[in-house]
Amino acid sequence: MAFFFAQFLTGLANAAALFLVASGLSLIFGVTRIVNFAHGSFYMLGAFIGVTLMEILPGHVGFWGSILLTGLAVGLIGALVEMVVLRPIYRAPELFQLVATFGVILVIQDLALMVWGAEDRLGPRAPGLRGIWRIFGEPVLKYDIVLIAITPVILFALWYLISRTRLGVLVRAATQDREMVGALGVNQAWLFTGVFALGSALAGLGGALQLPKGGADLLMDFNIIGAVFVVVVIGGMGSLPGAFIASVIISVLNVFGVTYLPQSTLVLMFVVMAVVLIIRPYGLLGREEVAGEHGQVGAPETPIRPYPPAGQIAVAAFLGLLALLPLFADQFVLILMIDMVVFALFAASLHFILGSGGMVSFGHAAFFGGGAYAAALLVFHFDTPMELAFLFAPLAAGILALAIGWFCIRLTGVYFAMLTLAFSQLVWSLAYQWRDVTRGDDGLVNIWPAEWLSGTVPYYYFTLILGVGGIIFLRHVIHAPFGYALRAGRDSPRQAEATGIDVKRVQFGAFALAGAMAGLAGGIFVFSKGSVFPTELEIAASFDALIVVFLGGVKTLAGGVVGAGFMTLVEDWLTRLEYWRLLLGLVIIAVVIIAPEGIVGSFRTLWARIRHKEDAA
Amino acid sequence: MTLTRRFVLGTTAALALAPAAALAQDGPIKIGEINHYKRMAAFAEPYKAGIELALGEINGEGGVLGRELEFVFRDDQGDPAEAVKIAEELMTREGTVMLTGTILSHVGLALSSFAAEKGYLYLAAEPLADSLVWKSGNPNTFRLRASTWVQAAMLAEKAAETDAVKYATIAPNYAYGQDAVEAFKENLKRLKPEVEFVAEQWPALFNIDAGAEVQAIERAKPDAIYNVTFGTDLAKFVRDGGDRGLFDGRDVYGLLTGEPEYLDPLGADAPEGWYVTGYPWYGFEEGTPAAEFVNAYMESTGESPKIGSLVGYLTAQSIAAAIEEAGSTETEALIGAFEGLTIEDTPIGELHYRELDNQSNMGAYVGTIAVEDGQGVMVDWEYKEPSPYMPSDEEITEMRPAE
Repeated sequence: MAFFFAQFLTGLANAAALFLVASGLSLIFGVTRIVNFAHGSFYMLGAFIGVTLMEILPGHVGFWGSILLTGLAVGLIGALVEMVVLRPIYRAPELFQLVATFGVILVIQDLALMVWGAEDRLGPRAPGLRGIWRIFGEPVLKYDIVLIAITPVILFALWYLISRTRLGVLVRAATQDREMVGALGVNQAWLFTGVFALGSALAGLGGALQLPKGGADLLMDFNIIGAVFVVVVIGGMGSLPGAFIASVIISVLNVFGVTYLPQSTLVLMFVVMAVVLIIRPYGLLGREEVAGEHGQVGAPETPIRPYPPAGQIAVAAFLGLLALLPLFADQFVLILMIDMVVFALFAASLHFILGSGGMVSFGHAAFFGGGAYAAALLVFHFDTPMELAFLFAPLAAGILALAIGWFCIRLTGVYFAMLTLAFSQLVWSLAYQWRDVTRGDDGLVNIWPAEWLSGTVPYYYFTLILGVGGIIFLRHVIHAPFGYALRAGRDSPRQAEATGIDVKRVQFGAFALAGAMAGLAGGIFVFSKGSVFPTELEIAASFDALIVVFLGGVKTLAGGVVGAGFMTLVEDWLTRLEYWRLLLGLVIIAVVIIAPEGIVGSFRTLWARIRHKEDAA
Repeated sequence: MTLTRRFVLGTTAALALAPAAALAQDGPIKIGEINHYKRMAAFAEPYKAGIELALGEINGEGGVLGRELEFVFRDDQGDPAEAVKIAEELMTREGTVMLTGTILSHVGLALSSFAAEKGYLYLAAEPLADSLVWKSGNPNTFRLRASTWVQAAMLAEKAAETDAVKYATIAPNYAYGQDAVEAFKENLKRLKPEVEFVAEQWPALFNIDAGAEVQAIERAKPDAIYNVTFGTDLAKFVRDGGDRGLFDGRDVYGLLTGEPEYLDPLGADAPEGWYVTGYPWYGFEEGTPAAEFVNAYMESTGESPKIGSLVGYLTAQSIAAAIEEAGSTETEALIGAFEGLTIEDTPIGELHYRELDNQSNMGAYVGTIAVEDGQGVMVDWEYKEPSPYMPSDEEITEMRPAE
C-alpha cells in the first residue's frame, strides 16, 4: 500500500510540468483557435533560459526568481511570435495557422542550437530540496512534494484570473464567441496577444520547473508536444480543469504502466486518448464544436470546375515534358522526380479528404507507411514477387483506413484529427515494437523492385504512370457526383442529409479511398528506397503532408500537388546549407504570411484581380 | 588490368614527386558523408571535427594518390529515405567515390542495403547494430566501431565474476536497447547459468519517466542493474535513482555510460562505481598514439575529444588507407582494399578490417566511474580487443546471408 502511495505521488509530481504546459496550450486554443505546435518550443526555451538564469543568480531567491523571470521572458517571446507571425493570418482558412507554428518550431530549434550549443544541460538542484523524505517508509523526492504543492496553487491562480477578473471575463467571452467580443468594442488583437503570451509563459514556467528533475536539451520540444496534445484533448480543448484532470490521469497511469506493463511506455497515453474520444467525442470536460465556429472565415469557396482548354493544354504539355525527362536529365533528377511524385500523390490523397471532405487528418502517414509496410512484409517474409506485393500496398492501406475510419468518422474538427493521430501512433508502435515481424526500427531492408523495373528510368516511368494516374483519378472523383456529395457534407451536413445524402457514409468512403491512394504512394516509395522504417509512420511524416497541403492551398484542387513539389525542391536545396532549419522555417513563415490562401489559392486570387482590372478597363 | 594498375602506380609515383602540381591538376577525391548534423548535433559535431583533423593531416602530407582528399558533408535529418536520396545524388552527380556516415543504426541499415543494390561502397562508422555486418551484412558494407554485442559481452564478463544473481535491466524501448539487453542476458547466462532477470524496464527513448522506472526496479529488489539508457534519459535516471538510493549496495553496469558524450553533461552527478564502456581520453600516457591524438585534437578544436571524435578520425584514416591500398578510386578496387585492410599507426594501435565479416578490430575501453573535480571520469580502465567477445567464425558465416 505504501508503495502504491509513493507511485501515486510520483505521478502527481510528473503531472505538474505537464499541466503547466497543457494549460497554456488549452488557453491559447480556447481563445484564438490556433493549434499551436510551437508550444513545445516554448517549453524548451523555458528550460534553456531557466538553466542560464540559475547559473547567474545564486541561492534560494536566485532559483525561484529564475523560474519567475523565465516565465516572463518566454511570455515576451510568445507575444513577439504572435504579433509577427500569427496576427497577419487570423483570417486564413481553418487550421492554417498550424503551418506557421511549424515554421516557428524550426526557427527556434536552430536559434537554440546557435545560442546554447549542442550539448545537453543538466538542470541545477533546487537549493535545500535535494534528497528524499520517507512517507510510510517509501522514499519520496523532496522536490516532487514541492511540485505537487505548487500545481494546485497555479490552478487556483488561473481559475481566479479566468473567473474573477475583467481579463478573464473577456477571455471567456472570446472563447464562446470572439466575433461578438470584437463587435462589443474589445480590441481582439491585444486580447489574442495577451492570451498567447500567457500561454507561452505557462509553457516556459513548466520548462523551468522541471529543471531539477532533468535538464535542457534540443529534443525536448518534440518530446513533450505529443503528451501535451493528448492531455489537452482528453481534458477537452479549451478547458483548464479538464487539462488538470487529464494531466493527473495520464501521469498516474504512466507510472503504473511503467511498473506493471513496462513495454507499454510508447503507446499507453494514445490508447487512453483513443478510448476517451470514442466514449466521449469532445474530451472529458469539452463542449461540442459548432460547425463553422472556428476558421470558416474569408470569402466562400468558388465552385470548382474543370480546367479550361488552355489549362488542360498546359497540364498536358507539362506531363509530356515529364515523360521526355529521361532523354536529357541526369539520373539524380529522375530520383528527385520519383520522390516528388510519390510525395505529391501522398499529399493529394490527404488533400482529397481535407480539402473536399473537410476532414483534417493528423495521422495520414499510417496509410502511407501502412501500404509500404504491407508490401515490404510480403517481400521480406514470403519472397513475394514485387508485382504482387505492390498490389497489396493500396489494398492493405485501404482496409486499414476502413478500420480506423469506422472509429474516427463520427468525430469532427480537432477531435477527429486527434483520434486519427492516436490510431496512427498505434500503427507506428506496432511497427516499432513487434520486432519478430517488422524488425522494429531496424526496419525491413532489401525490398527492391523486380528485374524489369530495377533501372532508374523504368522505375521513373512506373512512378510517373501510377503516381500521376492516381492524382488524376482523385481529381476525377472530386468532379464526379461522389465528390459533390462529399463537398455538400463538408459545407452543410444538415442540408446534405436533408437532400438524401448519407454524409457519414460518403465521408467513410472518401476516407478509405484516401487511405488506399496513400498506400499506393507508400508502395511506390518502398520499392524506390529499398527499405522501410517506422519513421514513415511517425507523426512527423503525417505533418509533412499536412503542411504541404496547407502551403499549396486547401481551398484549391491542385494545392496538395503544388505544395509537395514546392516543398521537395525547397528542402532539397536548403538542406545543403548549415542553418537549413532556420531558413526553411523562415521560408514557411514567409509563404504563410504572403500567401494566406496557399500558393495556388493566392495565385488564383491574383489572377482573378488582374482579369478583373482588364475587364474594367 | 595489369596495364591499368601499372599505369596508376606509375602515375602515383610521378605525382608523389610533385604533389603541389598534382593537387592543382586532378581535383580532390571526394567522399560522401551523410549524417544527422542537426538532429543529433551533440554527437555529429565532434565526429565531424575528428574527420576534419584527419583530413588536415592527410592533405598536409600530400593527400592520397597525390590528390587532395575531401569529404562532402550532407544532412539527412535522421530520415533513412532522405539519406538514400542524398547517397544517390552524391554518387551519381557529386562524383564521390564512396559513402560513409550516419550515427543512427536504422539509417545505416538503409544505406547498407542501398550500397549493395547499386554496387557502391559504404563504411558504417558509428552505427552499433550487430545486424549491419551479421544478419543483414553484405559485401559492400564495412563497419568501424565495436558493436552492441561486443560491448555488452565485455560488461557481462565482469558481471559474471561477482556474486550477484538477480539482475534488473533498463533500456530505451527500441532496437538498440532491445539488442543490448538481449546480448547482455545471453552472454551472462552462458557464463553464469544461475542468474535470473527479475525486472526489465523499457522507457521510451528520450522520454523516460525516471521516478516510476526507479520505483519499479527498486520493487524487484535486484542484486545488480544493467543500464542501457543514455543522453537525457541517463541523466534523469541517475539523478532520481541516486536520490532514492537505488544504486546503494548494488553493482551497476552501464553500456556506453562512460563515453564523454553522455558522462560530461552529468558533471558531479556522474554515478560513482558504475562499471561502464566509454572513452577515457584524460587517462592516456603521454607519448602514446592515443594521447597524441587527444593533444592534436584539443589543439585544433580547443575542446576535449568525445568518442565520436575518435571514430571520425579513424574513419578518415581508414578511407585514406584503403584508397592508397587500392591505388584507384574504383569501387571494386576499394572493396578489395578494405577486405583485410591493415593500418599501422592509429590512435588505437593497429586497425584491421576482417575479411570474415567486414568488421574492424576497434575495441572498447572499459572501466569504473569516479568523480574527480566535479566531473565524472573512468578509472582503472583498460582497452579490450573485440575478438574474444565475438561469436565464432562459423556462427558468423552462418549468420551472413549468402556471400
